[in-house]
Amino acid sequence: MALYSEKVMDHFRHPRNVGKIDDADGVGEVGNVVCGDIMRMYIKVKDNIITDVKFNTFGCGSAIATSSMATELIMGKSIDEALELTNKAVVEALGGLPSHKIHCSVLAEEAVRAAIVDYFEKNHIEYDREKYAPKEDCEHCHAHDE
Amino acid sequence: MRTVYADNAATTKMSKTAVAAMLPMLEEFYGNPSSLHTTGQIVKEKLDEARADIAKCLNAEPNEIYFTSCGTESDNLAIRTAAELGAKKGKKHIVTTAFEHHAVLHTVKKLEKQGFTVTYLPVSAHNGVLDASEVEAAIREDTALVTIMFANNEIGTIQPIEEIGRICREKKVLFHTDAVQAAGHLPIDVKKQNIDMLSLSAHKFHGPKGVGVLYAKRGVRLVNLMEGGAQEKGKRPGTENMAGIVAMAAAFKESCANMQEVSVRLTALRNKLIDGLSAIPHSALNGDREKRLPGNVNFSFEGIEGESLLLYLDDVGIEVSSGSACASASLDPSHVLLAIGVHREVAHGSVRISLGEDATEEDVDYILEKLPPIVADLREISPVWDALEKGTMTHRI
Repeated sequence: MALYSEKVMDHFRHPRNVGKIDDADGVGEVGNVVCGDIMRMYIKVKDNIITDVKFNTFGCGSAIATSSMATELIMGKSIDEALELTNKAVVEALGGLPSHKIHCSVLAEEAVRAAIVDYFEKNHIEYDREKYAPKEDCEHCHAHDE
Repeated sequence: MRTVYADNAATTKMSKTAVAAMLPMLEEFYGNPSSLHTTGQIVKEKLDEARADIAKCLNAEPNEIYFTSCGTESDNLAIRTAAELGAKKGKKHIVTTAFEHHAVLHTVKKLEKQGFTVTYLPVSAHNGVLDASEVEAAIREDTALVTIMFANNEIGTIQPIEEIGRICREKKVLFHTDAVQAAGHLPIDVKKQNIDMLSLSAHKFHGPKGVGVLYAKRGVRLVNLMEGGAQEKGKRPGTENMAGIVAMAAAFKESCANMQEVSVRLTALRNKLIDGLSAIPHSALNGDREKRLPGNVNFSFEGIEGESLLLYLDDVGIEVSSGSACASASLDPSHVLLAIGVHREVAHGSVRISLGEDATEEDVDYILEKLPPIVADLREISPVWDALEKGTMTHRI
């Protein structure tokens, strides 16, 4: 079997929602250049609904594919629904990822959350700070080391 | 679509000569060279011929050639032999470099756990070319082995083997070189270069996979990795991989005969590729420009990640390899690039393009047409490139 599924390659070759939103309501950036992947996600929110989402990613094939899939999964969803997006859902939607690439899906989940937290902060909306605190470490890099 | 296979440092396509030499060994000459009957002895002659041919290309003696299953096995056999011979005399120190192949690095790391001390010479001062005087300075009273690669597998840099060999000879220390990338591509003369042990692998010079050689100078008593029969003077038991051995000898002979012509042609193509890629802003060649293998180009492109570049290149038929973390299971970027001082974030955005002997000017033009726009596209979607352009991050190259 090839390293990546057809679905992953499709999202890698034709990433959805790639780009920036200049007047974004929330922007989240996760990852670390030293580790080799960074994702930045932009969201527009209206009446608690994500009306637009764009991403920029520095990373491997699966980093680009998981960012792309994550944007598709949260587009048009409510903030609460988007906050519930898990890396597992991203992996499933992509038809699986190799085990050493799972960290990319974790980053995608964190990027979505970081963008929403930024939206909360900018709009002084109360949220569970402990639960959604940004992770500033590089743990994902080595979480799946063999 | 055009296909440009530019990953010849990973493996090469078998030459027609090698395939032609191999087939009769599968169909016609199926005997066991250890058998005394005619069917066996015909094959024994083929084995002797192959050994003599390979010895000749290295300026070695036939009885100094041991057939193995691959370069990795040869490296293990050489290093473990030197370690055991050294330990008997109380010598438990090894000198190597920080950018050896893992077959060497992981073997010496294991020896470290068994009480050996290892000096990893730095290779960053001269862009991936070792300073031989560093070897001299590192050798101690208890040094059992110096093991330094002939040419690096990722950045192609060629080491001063003859000088190192002379130093080791003077200091009476065993010298092993992993010549897996060099054999068939660079002139090797084990006598002139004072090499005690040398590893090579057939599939890097258009031979088949699964067969290699360890040259061990007469007097170096190999230490078995496996026990068994009397093959290879009992040092590497197991029925010989005859098809592989005969095809390897044919490929090696051919590569050595064509070396000069191929080297001149490939070097010109390599330099054209290096010049063309250098036009991409914030990109850099890894490794010395001159002292490198004829077909090797290794480049870093800032702000992008190598695996993505590799996959997009594959989509247009250009096949390369990447030094990025993501191309491996370890998630760490290439230890070779880190060893020559490439910044971690830049190392992630590196690719190795290794041209084969059949590479053409059109192939190079095709790479130069397709690669720059892919780099530009990846930079367009990269938050790192965005930060570099805005000045919130500092350019490394």
